[in-house]
Amino acid sequence: MYQTTYHRASSVAEAVKLLADSGDGKFVAGGQTLIPTMKQRLAAPTDLIDLRHISELKGISFSGNEVRIGAGTTHAEVASNAALAGICPAICHLAGHIGDPHVRHMGTIGGSLANNDPAADYPAAVLALGATVHTSKRSIAADDFFAGLFTTALEEDEIITAVSFTAPEKAGYAKFPNPASRYALTGVFVAKRPDGVRVAVTGAGEDGVFRAEALEQALSTSFDPSALNGISLPYDGLLSDIHASAEYRAHLIVVMAKRAVEAANA
Amino acid sequence: MGIEGIGARVTRKEDRRFVTGLGRYVDDMVLPGMKHAVFVRSPHAHAKIAGIRTDQARAMPGIIAVLTGPELKADGIGNLICGWMIHSKDGTPMRMGAWSPLAVDRVRYVGEAVAVVVAETRGQARDAAEKVEVDYEELPAVTDAVEALKPGAPQLHPEAEGNLIFDWELGDAKAVDEALASAAHVTRMRIVNNRLIPNAMEPRAALGHYDRAEDHFTLWTTSQNPHVARLVMSAFYNVAPENKLRVIAPDVGGGFGSKIYIYPEEIVCLWASKRTGVPVKWTADRTESFMCDAHGRDHVSEVALGFDADHRMVALKVDTIANLGAYMSLFSSCVPTYLYATLLSGQYVIPAIHCNVRTVYTNTAPVDAYRGAGRPEATYLIERTVETAARELGISPAKLRRRNFIREFPYQTPVILNYDTGDYEASLEAALKAADYAGFPARREEAKRRGKLRGIGMSCYIEACGLAPSQAVGSLGAGVGLWESAEVRVNMAGTIEVLTGSHSHGQGHETTFAQVVADRLGVPIEQVSIIHGDTDKVQMGMGTYGSRSGAVGLSAVVKALDKVEAKAKRIAAHLLEADESDITIENGEVKVAGTDRSLPWAQVALAAYTAHNLPTGMEPGLKESAFYDPANFTFPAGCHIAEVEVDPETGHTTVVQFVAADDFGNIINPMIVEGQVHGGVAQGIGQALLEGCRYDPASGQLITASYMDYTMPRAADLPSFAVATTNTPCPNNPLGIKGCGEAGAIGSPPAIINAITDAIGTNDLSMPATPQAVWEAIRRQGH
Repeated sequence: MYQTTYHRASSVAEAVKLLADSGDGKFVAGGQTLIPTMKQRLAAPTDLIDLRHISELKGISFSGNEVRIGAGTTHAEVASNAALAGICPAICHLAGHIGDPHVRHMGTIGGSLANNDPAADYPAAVLALGATVHTSKRSIAADDFFAGLFTTALEEDEIITAVSFTAPEKAGYAKFPNPASRYALTGVFVAKRPDGVRVAVTGAGEDGVFRAEALEQALSTSFDPSALNGISLPYDGLLSDIHASAEYRAHLIVVMAKRAVEAANA
Repeated sequence: MGIEGIGARVTRKEDRRFVTGLGRYVDDMVLPGMKHAVFVRSPHAHAKIAGIRTDQARAMPGIIAVLTGPELKADGIGNLICGWMIHSKDGTPMRMGAWSPLAVDRVRYVGEAVAVVVAETRGQARDAAEKVEVDYEELPAVTDAVEALKPGAPQLHPEAEGNLIFDWELGDAKAVDEALASAAHVTRMRIVNNRLIPNAMEPRAALGHYDRAEDHFTLWTTSQNPHVARLVMSAFYNVAPENKLRVIAPDVGGGFGSKIYIYPEEIVCLWASKRTGVPVKWTADRTESFMCDAHGRDHVSEVALGFDADHRMVALKVDTIANLGAYMSLFSSCVPTYLYATLLSGQYVIPAIHCNVRTVYTNTAPVDAYRGAGRPEATYLIERTVETAARELGISPAKLRRRNFIREFPYQTPVILNYDTGDYEASLEAALKAADYAGFPARREEAKRRGKLRGIGMSCYIEACGLAPSQAVGSLGAGVGLWESAEVRVNMAGTIEVLTGSHSHGQGHETTFAQVVADRLGVPIEQVSIIHGDTDKVQMGMGTYGSRSGAVGLSAVVKALDKVEAKAKRIAAHLLEADESDITIENGEVKVAGTDRSLPWAQVALAAYTAHNLPTGMEPGLKESAFYDPANFTFPAGCHIAEVEVDPETGHTTVVQFVAADDFGNIINPMIVEGQVHGGVAQGIGQALLEGCRYDPASGQLITASYMDYTMPRAADLPSFAVATTNTPCPNNPLGIKGCGEAGAIGSPPAIINAITDAIGTNDLSMPATPQAVWEAIRRQGH
């Protein structure tokens, strides 16, 4: 790791100011991607502004079926929140299968979304749930938030403060893990809402998370795994690497979508 | 056996320090004035070095020195060598390309060491290493051995035209061709043995210290064989003469073969210590381990196995291309030859066998022995071919194997080895029973109802362990003898120190060796210390690899114990005024049989050293040493059965049952043996399902250079293992031991692949059987 200067922010406003005052600073939340990257000398921020001690980013709150998850909430907290499990168990299941216990107790939903790793789990949930990403500057619809590999609508000095969504009628998440890293080789989140079904795919797209419209249409007609029988997806635009070809991923999307629907209906 | 003697499940003495974090590894060593080394490594698979500029790096804070290949050469440090001479079938010697510890004018694989930076801190050394400017002129690279042999392929070494190191053969080609021509059935396969990266838990490390006052070097290193390291560094690399070089291998966190060899880094740390006048320490990071530790396997073979009308094997023909990487590592040449082709008879009577092996340079890390070393390659090849033959012939895999088992011993194979003993039927029976083989069809049906494809596969392996008679290996080209030495030192008050040339890097020698002493002399194992891993303490040694510590190392201990026991009895007989032949040693007492006269063991020890009352002419002391050179290899063998379920939608394989029935001869500590089997099987399942080293064929970059891309087996990938033993004692060593360290990794891969191919109904599948590979194999079937 190159030398860096650590700052602990106690409010969002202070964090933004610390970043502005730094040379080439970076926000750090759980640090589960940034710190290993720095250790490998692939990132070299002059300053690290720690967001973990900002109380306004903490906690999960409810207003009827409206859910708001503070950006600083760890995966373990999301996974174990009983009230959330009562109205949207799929997101608890998803959070409970990110990385390993260490990662789940350090990593945060805000950090994951801001990083937008193309194989991360949360982007699929946020996109499929039609969630809203709240930031220090504005609110951004999920459909407008994800902008490609490791790229989002966030500006340099913009901090995610929370994610909100309306609990769906049903939702499910199925992940086929990369055998080595256990990131999603293909992960599919399905959400059945009054206005239709949304299906978001992570781990498979060349541009990161995306919605699978063909599957959405089929499932809007019948929210049952059998509705996806016979569908084969085109594989242009899908990732191809040593672990999975685009063709295999295209196949896995449909298989995982079926399993996600099965989980949602269970 | 007693509660601590041979055969007892004694918990490991060494684990207390390991589980409490008190182990002492090379990286834990701190010397006054010690500085830190970081290597500048080639980012290219193949390039000329046009120049190296170190000025900027030298000007960085904390820098002690920046050293390069030309300086190393100027100081007379030699090239790394391969210590086992193999001749091609035309009689010419293998073609060894020059390998300088620091590259001089050319680099041949990604990660090759080009320069070393020594600094006050590791961070400073890393910072400066980034400022070393190397002018590379990139050359085309080749990473695949089959491609490297083709005309027009990039050429690595001027010494080796066409990238061919040697073209070697074993066996009678004419007899094989004739037998195959008239065979009733011939099974033909192309078998690929995937390249593996060892991944010991502890990365390699070295701490070199030059003592100017004594003109003497000390090296702490992660070695499986410190005496061999000292020999090679003295005799070939001109670091220092043996009497001026002490090599210490303290606690070592796993080796699996990768820590047998001498690597550039330890040579450079010693040399740099003399150059700089300070102790120099280097510890690999995980990326360096992936790039620079010797890799394993990487064979491509064509196989033909012929049968007569009664399904008896008539001939086996094998043509193998083995990738040895960019340079010949220390024992690389013997792995695809004498540790491989000699095992191709497996457990079967095969009247004629011929194997041709071409070894090849490529722009990849050097390849050398990795747990099993040649024997997993041979076993995978035979056992997949036999299973395929059974399917082609429409007979059960067990029946085909039984029909061809060797049943009379000793058995002379057509490929050098002479099997001393074994009972292959017994291990097959034990495995079939433990696996409830007969109940498999019902389990397959039940799985089918759940939408899963269930398959069962077996593997009947044999290995040659206890490397081995010095005269025999010498005649085959080995540059060293393969005996072992031991010293048993009874201290004045009766406690015992055993100095052994074997080295423990996870095997539990501190426990099992002590058990043998306890069994013999009746002292508690707490009073027995095992000392190893230090050339200044231990007289001589050849180290630990090839499952040799029990069969060879412990045999040397037994020989020394024989001498100690005989002398102790003579002393006791003298003191007790009895006849020597009436003296027995048990439970810490030295007794006159059939009487109540006895002396405590400690009193006999003390008497040996006070020397107040010894038999006339006897030297004082109770300390004896011995060398042991075995008469033959040992031949552990067994049967592994795997049962798997494949998810046809994803191609994902779950190993639902794994049975290992092994014949290891006599066993010192069953718990430790089971642990060795568990670890070996985990590695074998890793090779079969998960692990595969991949280089980018165009750039020669290592793609699987981290755990993000290289899949190691995890607990969740493995079932609970059922381990059984069916032991026929080895007739060739005093304890009847055969060796157990590698069997799991040798026997398991073909069992797993045979099970998957049984499940999905095709023989067309290679390792690693990743979900995608299995899914594609299913699709090729048109399921």
